[in-house]
Amino acid sequence: MNDLLDLNAVEARKALDKKSISAVELTSAYLRAADSTSELNNYVTLTADHALAMAARSDERISDGTAGLLEGLPIGVKDLFCTKGVSSTACSNILSGFTPTYESTVTSNLWAAGGVMLGKLNCDEFAMGSANETSAYGPAINPWRGRDDIDLVPGGSSGGSASAVAARAALMATGTDTGGSIRQPAAFCGVVGLKPTYGRCSRWGIVAFASSLDQAGPFTRTVADNALMMTAMASHDPKDSTSTQDPLQDLIGAARDGVKGMKIGVPREYVMDGMDDEVVKLWEKGQSWLRDAGAKLVDVSLPHTKYALPAYYIIAPAEASSNLARYDGVRYGMRVGTDTLDGMYEATRAAGFGDEVQRRIMIGTYVLSAGYYDAYYLKAQKVRRLIKEDFDTAFHSVEALLTPATPTAAFPVGRKIDDPVTNYLNDIFTVPANLAGLPGISVPSGLTNDGLPLGLQVLGRPFDEASIYRVATVLENAAEFSETPTLMATRGAA
Amino acid sequence: MSVDKTTVAKIARLARINVPDDRLEPLAAELNGILSWVAELDEVKTVHVEPLASVTGHALPLRDDVVTDGDRLNDILSNVPEEASGFFVVPKVVE
Repeated sequence: MNDLLDLNAVEARKALDKKSISAVELTSAYLRAADSTSELNNYVTLTADHALAMAARSDERISDGTAGLLEGLPIGVKDLFCTKGVSSTACSNILSGFTPTYESTVTSNLWAAGGVMLGKLNCDEFAMGSANETSAYGPAINPWRGRDDIDLVPGGSSGGSASAVAARAALMATGTDTGGSIRQPAAFCGVVGLKPTYGRCSRWGIVAFASSLDQAGPFTRTVADNALMMTAMASHDPKDSTSTQDPLQDLIGAARDGVKGMKIGVPREYVMDGMDDEVVKLWEKGQSWLRDAGAKLVDVSLPHTKYALPAYYIIAPAEASSNLARYDGVRYGMRVGTDTLDGMYEATRAAGFGDEVQRRIMIGTYVLSAGYYDAYYLKAQKVRRLIKEDFDTAFHSVEALLTPATPTAAFPVGRKIDDPVTNYLNDIFTVPANLAGLPGISVPSGLTNDGLPLGLQVLGRPFDEASIYRVATVLENAAEFSETPTLMATRGAA
Repeated sequence: MSVDKTTVAKIARLARINVPDDRLEPLAAELNGILSWVAELDEVKTVHVEPLASVTGHALPLRDDVVTDGDRLNDILSNVPEEASGFFVVPKVVE
């Protein structure tokens, strides 16, 4: 038998149904893999007993003929999702020891479909970061290493999710994407990551960062696996008032459709200073792959692209400052006591929040404060409309857009950056989709000369994830991305 | 627009985050870096543009005005830092 870890999700489902492997065997292999790659620091909590119990129940359901869509598949969960009875901290000290008494809708859906929870995955504190370096648990590490053989960041904020899937310490993983937090780490780690349309997955039970932008999505090794997991994750949820009632498309079948005759836009503004030449070349290659597959490539303009990032860094901190007001030391989480109520709030929040979170709360507080609201917050919301209208116009003439996922490949852990703005530029190609609420995917499509993965991004019309998967499948097939990272679990590593 | 030490202290107070005096100056510099960068938005003409707060494009759904949850005292108190007789305990507010 092949190494259990070599099976992708679709293959593992078939093997489980044929009973050539058991869910307990598969889960055990992934638990060993997580152990053997623990230096990557991608798990913050491993729930081994829980996982094995879930896997045993999966084996029973497979025997009964009542297997679900994800029956027996081992899944890692970003620590931003609340999981009943399992520590859920958003990788922040302020939530240390927090154990929810409820389960997020997205993870409930995964377990209802037969998924097996392996544990909770590292991320940037409250999902604020692009390198997984703001986590209270320390940075997660990218399993890929360049020629210099130094630790590289996995991207962020869902860095642990991308790292774990790439290192085969999880077959699939959940992430959340507020400004690129699924697509950027997916690109840095050479895996597939989808940010669905805003409203497609319920936000209920996910620790809120910026509520008008946050969206949960899947990390997987292949596009077909991604469509499978997404089908199980999405649902209408009355507990999230922004959750859509539009029925989900046939995402699993979409991959078969190809892109013949499809019009795909190439936005001319997705070019920036400091962008690697290799990224530009890969983007051109992606265009020719799609052209060869019968798509018509169309030059499109999204004139307000350069304003997306500054608008985002007003809107997201503003929403965060409001959302994070709940961490006050009264009802749950950390409390640092003093003899006055305000003193307790201030001491608790100073001790519990890390530097980046404090910085964003302060920016958000400022742009929402009397006298500055119109100049910053309202202005950013107006620019947000213009950005969305750019996309609306483009989608009159094309069905999807092809862009690079990130301006560079993964960079070293601990890279000294004095200016927070430089870090924010990581999200330059991913942020516009969040502001406009559009779905987007990152597909591993090539390697740099240094041997690091690069991703291409496909953006689609609202609630048209099917078209994204069509394009992504063609890119995946043409790229023939079969390289594996330096640090990867194998069965032999047990 | 830029912020000085005094303004940073005021923002910190509004945000209920205790910032020590020696951090005010460096924080002012960091915040000014971000604020001068986002000022790029001033280039965009937005006189007749309506602000966009939600991208869903549908009206918020209404539900029946009935109780759907409750009787969860133990759940609610299960992560409490300090509790007494089923209540949250905070430092004394009223003398």
